[in-house]
Amino acid sequence: MIDDAITRHVARLARLGLTEDEIVRMQHELRAILEYVDQVQGLDLADIVPTTHAIPLTNVLREDLSTPSVPADLALREGPNVTADGFTVPRMG
Amino acid sequence: MALFDLSAEQQIAAVVAGETSSVELVAAHLARAERDEWNSFLAVDRERALSRAKEIDGLAVRPPLAGVPIAIKDALSTRDLVTTAGSKMLEGFRPIYTATCVARLEAAGAVIIGKTNMDEFAMGSSTENSAYGPTLNPWDITRVPGGSSGGSASCVAARQVPWSLGSDTGGSIRQPAALCGIVGMKPTYGAISRYGLIAFASSLDQVGPFARTVRDAALLLSHMVGRDPMDATSLEWTEPIRMPSATRLDGLRVGVIEELMGDGIDPGVRAACQSTIDMVEGLGGTVVPIALPHAGYGLATYYLIAPAEASANLARFDGIRYGHCAADADVLLEHYERTRAEGFGPEVKRRIMLGTFALSSGYYDAYYGQAQRVRTLIMRDFAQAFADVDVVASPTSPSTAFRLGERTADPLSMYLSDICTIPISLAGLPSLSIPCGLSDGLPVGLQLAGPAFSENRLLEVAHALELAIGFDHVPQGVGQ
Repeated sequence: MIDDAITRHVARLARLGLTEDEIVRMQHELRAILEYVDQVQGLDLADIVPTTHAIPLTNVLREDLSTPSVPADLALREGPNVTADGFTVPRMG
Repeated sequence: MALFDLSAEQQIAAVVAGETSSVELVAAHLARAERDEWNSFLAVDRERALSRAKEIDGLAVRPPLAGVPIAIKDALSTRDLVTTAGSKMLEGFRPIYTATCVARLEAAGAVIIGKTNMDEFAMGSSTENSAYGPTLNPWDITRVPGGSSGGSASCVAARQVPWSLGSDTGGSIRQPAALCGIVGMKPTYGAISRYGLIAFASSLDQVGPFARTVRDAALLLSHMVGRDPMDATSLEWTEPIRMPSATRLDGLRVGVIEELMGDGIDPGVRAACQSTIDMVEGLGGTVVPIALPHAGYGLATYYLIAPAEASANLARFDGIRYGHCAADADVLLEHYERTRAEGFGPEVKRRIMLGTFALSSGYYDAYYGQAQRVRTLIMRDFAQAFADVDVVASPTSPSTAFRLGERTADPLSMYLSDICTIPISLAGLPSLSIPCGLSDGLPVGLQLAGPAFSENRLLEVAHALELAIGFDHVPQGVGQ
């Protein structure tokens, strides 16, 4: 069951900063939603193959041709912090 | 009759006959889009639309869509035209490429006049989760237009455009079409390229048309379907989409989904749908009840699969390559956490949390894995049903348009809005909603679905029913 520790753990996995209020609210909301979706736990599905896509396709390949890619200045256009040839990020830690 | 009263098909005919021009059509609709009492639009681009219209009017050979205006859901990327997906995360974001489906329509001569409002990242059923304020329902401005493609539905109902594009993951085209009294179609999964559609749940997302007539929806669809090298899940489309013309349903077998005609469906909605289903026999078809024993698990299955896929897709919003970026973070982890905390709204955070949990170590098999197995059972239910019937019918939404604010406090009550549309999405089937009457003055939608690739038959059935129903799609007070 979802508790405070799991909520904080999941928020960290999701790289989502939550306030203390949000942690409490999220716990309650997730608990209610999981209680509802728990109905799938009751079904015996041991022999059922999972579906990942409704219309299965396999080995979709394209021709091995080189095509022009996005020019660097266009690729960098929307970056909030960029240099002439790359995105800048804060240090790792 | 004003230009904006005409269907897209009529507008094209008027241009071809020399009675009007693309510039006139675009200008008439721009005026209504700019005076946007319903908050249908997040952006209207007058200059770009008029210059494109002028270009089309000057062409020696008119393109098939003749410069008729269209609105595009803000989840679809449009090069240089701000695309936000209804989120603060993408405020001011100008994509560097255009979605394939949009590019195909532009190549066929459609003129984009603006981008429409939506629930943030398409997560919602009322358009109230937009970071830019809710869209109002043209039939009653105290009510929601449905969602997540609420702006694309309201702008067509309010005749700000004759047609528009939306996207449907669990019902986001069909449900708002129903609540706004128009036609909305989700084709077979893979029919239309998802390249340039900002991803929500990749195994479910599909683009599709909104229009006021079934023929307009068919026309728009016909220009979008088919394989795209940029989307490996897009399908070869061997049988072109035809303009439907059926007036009869001779020999057609319609299955009424029993589970979706009982408790949990408002009586007024049930009555309007039933009276339309009753027309089938008069048109030469037969009606039988069918059972989808696992449909009741659809909603639970969807709320595991869709958030799981969303949590992975939305990982890309990291404030580095584009979009919102937290100021002055010292280290990378803090940068990610603050950027995403500031950029995402409450529903998106909720679904990222739910999805991350469902995929996390120790829970994956019990939640995501189990949901994918139920998905198999739901698909089997449909396969079994289609052994006996050609199409299935049900209400599109369990209720008519609800009041603004009515369901925002309780996420689960909002999720229940999609109970009729979700099983079909999980099975990847083509489906559309047509307006079939009113309940207390508000539109009711009838949902039809068929086996994969049965778009042409579905459109014919919808066309024959549309004629028999004779729904008046003009909401009171919108004509002025």
